[in-house]
Amino acid sequence: MVNKEKKELAVAALQNGTVIDHIPTQSLFKVVDLLGLKDLTDVSVTIGNNLDSNRMVKKGIIKVADLFFPEETLNRIAVIAPNVVVNIIRDFEVVEKLHVALPDELIDIVKCNNPKCITNNEPMRTHFHVIDREHTTLRCHYCERPVFQHDITLK
Amino acid sequence: MDKHSLISISDLNKEEILALLKRAQEFEKNPNQRILAGKVVASLFFEPSTRTRLSFETAVNRLGGRVIGFSDPKSSSQAKGESLKDTIMMVSNYADLIVMRHYLDGAARYANEIASVPIINAGDGSNQHPTQTMLDLYTIYQTQGTLENLTITMVGDLKYGRTVHSLLEAMHHFKPRFKFVACDELRMPEQYKQYCTEWGIEYEETREFSPEIINQTDILYMTRVQRERFSDLMEYERVKNIYTLTASMLTGCKPNMRVLHPLPRVTEIAQDVDDTPQAYYFEQALNGLYARQALICRALDL
Repeated sequence: MVNKEKKELAVAALQNGTVIDHIPTQSLFKVVDLLGLKDLTDVSVTIGNNLDSNRMVKKGIIKVADLFFPEETLNRIAVIAPNVVVNIIRDFEVVEKLHVALPDELIDIVKCNNPKCITNNEPMRTHFHVIDREHTTLRCHYCERPVFQHDITLK
Repeated sequence: MDKHSLISISDLNKEEILALLKRAQEFEKNPNQRILAGKVVASLFFEPSTRTRLSFETAVNRLGGRVIGFSDPKSSSQAKGESLKDTIMMVSNYADLIVMRHYLDGAARYANEIASVPIINAGDGSNQHPTQTMLDLYTIYQTQGTLENLTITMVGDLKYGRTVHSLLEAMHHFKPRFKFVACDELRMPEQYKQYCTEWGIEYEETREFSPEIINQTDILYMTRVQRERFSDLMEYERVKNIYTLTASMLTGCKPNMRVLHPLPRVTEIAQDVDDTPQAYYFEQALNGLYARQALICRALDL
């Protein structure tokens, strides 16, 4: 109970910005990389991991003040964490709750695991098709090899 | 985007495949037609493949076109570290069509995004080799008079053999029945069996290369079992002889049955099969010329 109150307090402490909640603990730092949070210099970023959660035992959370990501960027998170919830905060209130949606095509997000794929040998962008949404199975547009969820590596 | 490139056999629908077979038939009747007069075709072999290259270059020459290019990557600018992009950009300026063979998977698809002229994929690593599939389809059509409702038995290396995978995918339009004959190490991968199930294609898997299987078959598609695929060389020695076809195994086969092989063969088809009416692999190789002539004309809208 104490923990919950603290958590609510922490979220509420954000006046304006984005809260990405319910991130699986093993995916938290991948989400940090995906959103390029390491490169942010002038906004406050709070990252929490292994927090108690009613829904998923342990979870990760990311709070970024005064920054709103384009929907396209947020949807990329679905590649590694399909069930995260994004809260848009304005004036201490959650004004929008978004569930991320996996796009049909992933351009330059995922790395191809086939070392003989052209994308690993030329300075070029990668391109994957989502062939199974439910299990997050991708197929490389170039070498046509499938990539299964547990093998997905970000570029 | 109306370039008629051919990167993967799945780029072609059933109607396009049938139209190409008809076209190939015309070239079989008369392979010397000056359709390509004034055209320049670039033949870029980033990986040597004498058989495929000669077949393509013969196709262009017999159609009255001219060929530029390289057959040895050591003599190309790739050896100096030039990117594929730059090579393709440069060659696009000179040629009306690019035929390319590359050692990397997906190279042809990428080249097609860059090039202003159509690309024909003459093999990209272990990925696709669609002109081989077209010549296989043409050979099946030529020998059986149809592509519909045939029993196709694939023997040998079904795991790594890209020709059998592409043929399987291309045949899905024509209600085939498949028999997969391979040792445990070289079985047909799960994804292709799943593909068969998705398309309602009947298939049977077996380790035994028996006369019963051969006698039910319309097309016996043999492949080479490659030594380098085995971690255990004893296993290779054992397996390579099990999947050898000899003339005596053909005594009870259907009269229309034909034996195909993408070549080169090593020991998987005994020499005595060459003299049987079922042997068709050398004719199959010749069909590569007609199939490629048809694909070149399609690529150039001629």
